[in-house]
Amino acid sequence: MTRREGSAFAGLGVVFTKEFADQLSGARMVLLVALIVLTAAGTVYAAIQTIRNVVGEDPFLFLRLFTTAKQPLPSFVAFLGFLLPLLGIALGFDAVNGEFQRRTLGRLLAQPIYRDALLFGKFLAGLTTLALVLGAIWLLVAGMGILLTGVPPSGEEVARSLLFLLGALAYGGVWLAVALFFSVLFKNPTTSALAAIGTWLFFTVFWGMIAAGLAQSLAPVVYGFPEEVLRQAQTELMLARIAPNTLYSEITLALLKPEVRALGPVLPVQLQGMVLGTPLPLSQSLLMIWPQFTGLVAATVIFFTLAYVFFQRAEIRA
Amino acid sequence: MMAAIATQDLTKRYRSVVAVDRLNLEVERGEVFGLLGPNGSGKTTTILMLLGLTDPTAGQVRVLGRDPVREPLSVKRRVGYLPDTVGFYDELSGRENLRYTAALNGLSGRRAEERIGALLEQMGLAEAADRPVRTYSRGMKQRLGLADILIKEPELVILDEPTLGLDPAAAHEFLELIGRLKAEGLTVLLASHLLEQVQRVCDRVGLFRKGRMDLVGPVPELARRVLGGAYRIRVEADGEGLEAALAAVPGVERVRREGRGWVLEAERDLRPAVARAVVQSGGRLYALELGVPSLDEVYRAYYGEVQHDAA
Ligand SMILES: Nc1ncnc2c1ncn2[C@@H]1O[C@H](COP(=O)(O)OP(=O)(O)OP(=O)(O)O)[C@@H](O)[C@H]1O
Ligand SMILES: [Mg+2]
Repeated sequence: MTRREGSAFAGLGVVFTKEFADQLSGARMVLLVALIVLTAAGTVYAAIQTIRNVVGEDPFLFLRLFTTAKQPLPSFVAFLGFLLPLLGIALGFDAVNGEFQRRTLGRLLAQPIYRDALLFGKFLAGLTTLALVLGAIWLLVAGMGILLTGVPPSGEEVARSLLFLLGALAYGGVWLAVALFFSVLFKNPTTSALAAIGTWLFFTVFWGMIAAGLAQSLAPVVYGFPEEVLRQAQTELMLARIAPNTLYSEITLALLKPEVRALGPVLPVQLQGMVLGTPLPLSQSLLMIWPQFTGLVAATVIFFTLAYVFFQRAEIRA
Repeated sequence: MMAAIATQDLTKRYRSVVAVDRLNLEVERGEVFGLLGPNGSGKTTTILMLLGLTDPTAGQVRVLGRDPVREPLSVKRRVGYLPDTVGFYDELSGRENLRYTAALNGLSGRRAEERIGALLEQMGLAEAADRPVRTYSRGMKQRLGLADILIKEPELVILDEPTLGLDPAAAHEFLELIGRLKAEGLTVLLASHLLEQVQRVCDRVGLFRKGRMDLVGPVPELARRVLGGAYRIRVEADGEGLEAALAAVPGVERVRREGRGWVLEAERDLRPAVARAVVQSGGRLYALELGVPSLDEVYRAYYGEVQHDAA
């Protein structure tokens, strides 16, 4: 490729500002935020009903707000695991083909900016919107928690929950990038939305089964030795980790449940010397989910790059 | 001063389709140039290459002295492009749409607002400026499009089928606006298949056919080249054996029946001789007028000829 003139990001700020304003004022945003706020309020309220009687006993009461499920409601993080992909997809599925449909793409690219700036500006605007929504939800949860339990969160709890928020952002970012990629690939927003939702369904519903099946054939249990069983379980976990939702739940688990000492299957020997039930320090929890976090970021980068490559070569004619 | 647009053997191939075939185009500054050709002849492809929106397969392009492939930003900063199907953000007002374009061109604040206001005024959109574009008519959108490309104060504007979908009055109005751009010293490249319109505003036209541009020049010159005789004399008369008498007038190259009379192709203005011939052969003369050959005729003759060639 020949060296190009000027900055690849000329106009980035302008695109970002416009897109961000669009995201915030759009009807779909209102809808999704309403949905998320309702779920947050509902699940957290339900959680508080459950944990009320352990106030004063549980050192991580604040974190329990996020993770406690009360039948028939799942926990807040489980809900979020469901809604974040939806939000990411909603923010990105028509990013590029929407411009194409509105016939604004040609006009836009005739301005002195590179395609890089357009794509990156849109992605950043989506990501910032996600961050804003997550931040607002965190404030809502924290506010409800303090009001209803009367216990302010400790410093570590705040740190853990904010780090979890970062993980959630990375998880939403993956789906934003996937949606952005499909919006470049398909000219029709309906198609790209379906493709993105299909991908998400594939990973949440089917990938677990596929991983289990594959693990059985890749690492069969022949004699029933514990090593064999362990190896199969590990294989299955490795495969499951291809799905972003697995990474998200592991991040959630490690950060919001400090007593979790290891992710995935372990042999009893490996647990020797550990005092079960004692919480892990934050740094250790972080270390444990560092690969998962990196994995999410990498997936985002991969899909964004794919979108970029396809967009660079896309024919812009209407 | 260098030409506004200069291409050398510019070629674009889509797999087996040659969309533009060794195009050598030169457009001078301050000129209004018409790219003319039937559907699929390569006009839009040429324009996309001029803007660096599509990479040429082969050949050279210079727009305002720059290479749009290497220096797309400095080309796009000085060239306004109105695509054949121009769209806006429907939920934003005309003014807001223009504001975005201005910002992308590095224009903001008071200066941008003033410029936007003046352009909206100039395009007759001052009233509708703060209404959502969704409420605009086709003609208003097209004028907004023209305002949009003028924000950056371009030196060259490229318009792809700018009167597409406009009613005759709106089209006329739009062409008038284009005429004003020329008066301001802008170079205009206009792609169209509506001959009569191109003829009205263009200094020179280039006729495209299957990716090739074989004919370039001012309309009268093209007429001379394609039609042979550059003069068209319309005769309305009746009487016995008139057609033979008309054909016999020295200087008449062809006689063709049209409507209630004939059209003669001639190399000079032969009206007196024709009148005499009609009278001498005992016919009654109702009308006699000299027509400038229209681009339409050139076009029909040229493409007709070509199809003939191909058949
Ligand atoms: N992306 C593409 N892939 C394959 N062929 C293409 C592509 N884009 C254009 N073409 C072909 O290139 C040729 C020229 O198309 P172009 O759009 O430049 O014509 P045009 O003169 O602008 O026509 P119109 O008056 O219909 O706008 C056509 O034969 C078209 O089919
Ligand atoms: Mg075209």
